[in-house]
Amino acid sequence: MKSELTVRSIMWGVVIALLPVFAASALVFGIRAIMAVLVTSAACVATEYVIQRFFLRRQPTVDDGSAVVTGMLLAFNVSIAVPMWQLVVGAVVAIGVAKMAFGGIGTNPFNPALIGRAFMTVSFPVHMNTWALPRDQLLSLGVDRATGATPLGQIADALQLGEPLSAIAADLPSHTELFLGTVGGSMGEISALAVLIGGAYMLYRRLIPLETPVVFLGTLALITGLFWLFDPDSYADPLFHVLAGGAMLGAWFMATDMATSPMSRNGRILFAAGCGLLTAVIRLFGGFPEGVTYAILIMNAFVPLIDNKLRPPRFGKGAAR
Amino acid sequence: MVAVKTFPMGGVHPPENKLTADSPIQVLDPPDEVSILLGQHIGAPAEPVVQKGDKVKVGTLIGEGKAFISANVHSTVSGTVKRVDEALDAAGFRKPAVVIAVEGDEWEDDIDRSPDLVTEITATPEEIIDRIKAAGIVGMGGAAFPTNVKYMVPEGKQVDTLVINGVECEPYLTADHRLMLEHTDEILVGIEVLRKALRVDRAVVGIELNKPDAIEAMTQGAERFPNIEVYGLKVQYPQGAEKQLIKAILDREVPGGKLPLDVGCVVNNVGTALAAYHEIQKNRPLIDRVVTVTGTSLSNRGNFLIRIGTPFARAIEAAGGMTDDVAKVIAGGPMMGKAVPDLSVPVTKGTSGILLLTKAEAEQRETVPCIRCSKCVEVCPVGLEPYLLEKLARVEYWEQSDEHDVLDCIECGSCTYICPSNRPLLDYIKVSKVKVHEMRRASTS
Amino acid sequence: MNELLIYSALSLGGVAAGFAVVLYVISQRFKVEEDPRIDEVTQMLPGINCGACGFAGCSGFAEALVEAADSGDVSGLSCPPGGSETMTQIGEYFGFEMGSTHKTIAVLRCGGSCSNAPAKTQYQGPPTCAIAHSLYVGINGCPHSCLRLGDCEIACPFDAIVMNSDSGLPEVIPELCTSCGACVRACPRDLFEIRPRGKGKAERRVWINCRNTQPGGVARKNCKVACIGCGKCVRVCNDIVQAISMQNNLAYIDPHKCIACGKCVPVCPTNAIVATFEPPKPKQAKKETADTQA
Repeated sequence: MKSELTVRSIMWGVVIALLPVFAASALVFGIRAIMAVLVTSAACVATEYVIQRFFLRRQPTVDDGSAVVTGMLLAFNVSIAVPMWQLVVGAVVAIGVAKMAFGGIGTNPFNPALIGRAFMTVSFPVHMNTWALPRDQLLSLGVDRATGATPLGQIADALQLGEPLSAIAADLPSHTELFLGTVGGSMGEISALAVLIGGAYMLYRRLIPLETPVVFLGTLALITGLFWLFDPDSYADPLFHVLAGGAMLGAWFMATDMATSPMSRNGRILFAAGCGLLTAVIRLFGGFPEGVTYAILIMNAFVPLIDNKLRPPRFGKGAAR
Repeated sequence: MVAVKTFPMGGVHPPENKLTADSPIQVLDPPDEVSILLGQHIGAPAEPVVQKGDKVKVGTLIGEGKAFISANVHSTVSGTVKRVDEALDAAGFRKPAVVIAVEGDEWEDDIDRSPDLVTEITATPEEIIDRIKAAGIVGMGGAAFPTNVKYMVPEGKQVDTLVINGVECEPYLTADHRLMLEHTDEILVGIEVLRKALRVDRAVVGIELNKPDAIEAMTQGAERFPNIEVYGLKVQYPQGAEKQLIKAILDREVPGGKLPLDVGCVVNNVGTALAAYHEIQKNRPLIDRVVTVTGTSLSNRGNFLIRIGTPFARAIEAAGGMTDDVAKVIAGGPMMGKAVPDLSVPVTKGTSGILLLTKAEAEQRETVPCIRCSKCVEVCPVGLEPYLLEKLARVEYWEQSDEHDVLDCIECGSCTYICPSNRPLLDYIKVSKVKVHEMRRASTS
Repeated sequence: MNELLIYSALSLGGVAAGFAVVLYVISQRFKVEEDPRIDEVTQMLPGINCGACGFAGCSGFAEALVEAADSGDVSGLSCPPGGSETMTQIGEYFGFEMGSTHKTIAVLRCGGSCSNAPAKTQYQGPPTCAIAHSLYVGINGCPHSCLRLGDCEIACPFDAIVMNSDSGLPEVIPELCTSCGACVRACPRDLFEIRPRGKGKAERRVWINCRNTQPGGVARKNCKVACIGCGKCVRVCNDIVQAISMQNNLAYIDPHKCIACGKCVPVCPTNAIVATFEPPKPKQAKKETADTQA
């Protein structure tokens, strides 16, 4: 007897969960966002197909939807200002290097979309750090649009100039704006609301464990909150940190990636706590205003160790009378 | 609201498909010929005590279990012994068996065949245990472990509770369900018999909430037996597994490699309680059992009281017969049962169900790579890591399998059921268990 | 600018030099003294680490050889893939006389092909013999038959076993087989046996192509070419070299006594005996009875 659960149903379930984020990015950034998602998804699927069909000479399994998930997440992780050809390069690296080179689905140690993004960040720093303003030229396919800093970028800039945060408070988006997503940033990270809808759907379908996003965001809020209490002029409040940047997207969609997160619940809690901690550290003390990508990638590297050390509790051990 | 009892770790909830829950037990007449396997139970096979040409009656001893873990086997029909050689078992291997040609239906004289309920238990605990052994009673839930062995409590172990398993968590199966409805009082007296044999004051019965009528019948019946408590349990597979059931009802955990005895319990199936009633109160050894013969393709699917040794083909015929779209016949339930390679396989003491799957139902998806979804870890009721055990088995790292407690696996199949990549996790784990046992034996000898 | 370069080069060079010293000290400190002969013997071995010798790879075997040579007795150690040449070479190295070893080959002892023993059931489980064997009797109902799932093909380190898709059975390619024994260990039904290749270029070998110990009638029900334990081959051979014995309804040809005359092959009523050469024609009398039967 078999359950209805299949790899296909899981992956396409994640695609469905990503649709609200997709919709939000289309509403905020216009049709170019739609184009970008289509381009990365198609590039990911095509890369996987070509590698499986012509390099490995196997029956391609692109219909399982995992390449589409990677493609969508890659697009959601980059700025709208990135040229299409760069997106294709990122997609090829994500699938070709981060996924297929390690043996394909399930065996990749690092999240492919994040590897693609990290690769693009070092290869095309200018475009990757140009953030379009929301609600501008919705119908334009071009990159020629007004740009500005992301909310986290604004804070980093202010701190570099030695200004207290209260001085730029008026320029920063409100929590409501952050929640709804009418701010600058990557295509998918802007709207916390859309991510939450997708996350709720995945929880309902039991595609992700609850503990990962909760512990991730909880740790991030805890650490940023401590610093904020200590010095609100130099550090933003914890809610701001949770809602701004890629924390929501990362916690719900990237840290929960099955292949690159631990197998036991204890392991996932440690993994998520590590992600939250590293995100906070990079954001507060690092050179980049945003740290979710690297936090998750670094923690990915620890997954085999976590799996080896943190095992599920055994029935009849410890709890015995 | 009182929290519904269940076991806390792992578990799945497959579609219940209890198609035959409302079908009363039908009696299936003996066939023309029965093949009674001498090894129907866990342990050494019984040794035949009849020869070709011997006349036997229903209840005549035909095989004697001489080893410590073994069980007697009785003739389930009257007639002439045709052969004492071999018959196919459920896996298709030929095993020692007694084949009897049926003539009439004559029972041994001392068997009380009246339907009257005998509530007064005159036998002493020692007598009960001896007679359970003599009657060849084994666990009727499917594992077929000789019951009398469970009641031989070693020195120094304190037992305080008898746990009766009316869970029937396997999908499709309804044999125990019908037994609890139609033979409520006999089962309750049987529980009293077992409780007396074990010398304990408390017996608890666990029944899953998908059988509200059985819970009601048993609860009402138990009002007359102050030592028997009936508990409704949340529907969750594998609640019928011994250790999970003890955890669910009594909140005691049996450590890996230990027995229920180590936490003061003995677990028996409701079917076993009924068999004990029959032997002790009616002097009737184990000769038949209720088998759920089910499947979407069967027109007359239902619960049949079948003489042990009846071929599957005959039971299927009674339930509506084979149809062209049947692809698989399973002995037992769909989770733990085994596909049989031949329909001449006989019903044994442990056959709880015969399940026919159509081509569409038996269709297997392709096995694809593990995506590390961790569902197998989540559903494992023992807290093992099936994905890892499969990997270790594939590379034949038996020592590491042992380190990861592969022997604690209860083979419930929840991991294989849930796996989205359709990986044969349990199959590999079973091979590991065999190899680890071999390895341990080799290292001690 | 130049200064910067110099400082960088110096500091990095210094770090590198520091590490080099540390590494050198550690490597000297924790050096494992190894008998140089082990390395040299390893060089003589085939280097395929098949494990057929019973040791962990070729270096493990070399270690055992050196140890044995020191104690003065290397008998009992052999390298199946390397054969007698390798062992002779190693013997010369240690100054021992090596007994000549027969060239051997792996032989499948089952004729339960798709045509001889047609499938009665379909198998849906994982495609490995080990699991199929643990689950049930097998596709053709014979509990001793090849399961046709190719664990031996995967286990063979020399690609000397190929599953024949027509017969369903594995085939040993004599040119590639080194008789390392991997297939013997892999087969859950113990169908492979390492037997002498046989004398001469033709490699004449005869063997019973069956492992079924069931009574003849039962065995024949599942397979046309099962050994039914009739004993005809035993009687024929008893007049020649007494190489065939009968146990549990199953004949066995002792390869060390067998002279590969092939006279047992035609007398077998079920064709359960196979030979690598054209066996002699049956005697006239035998042929007559066969004709009358037909």
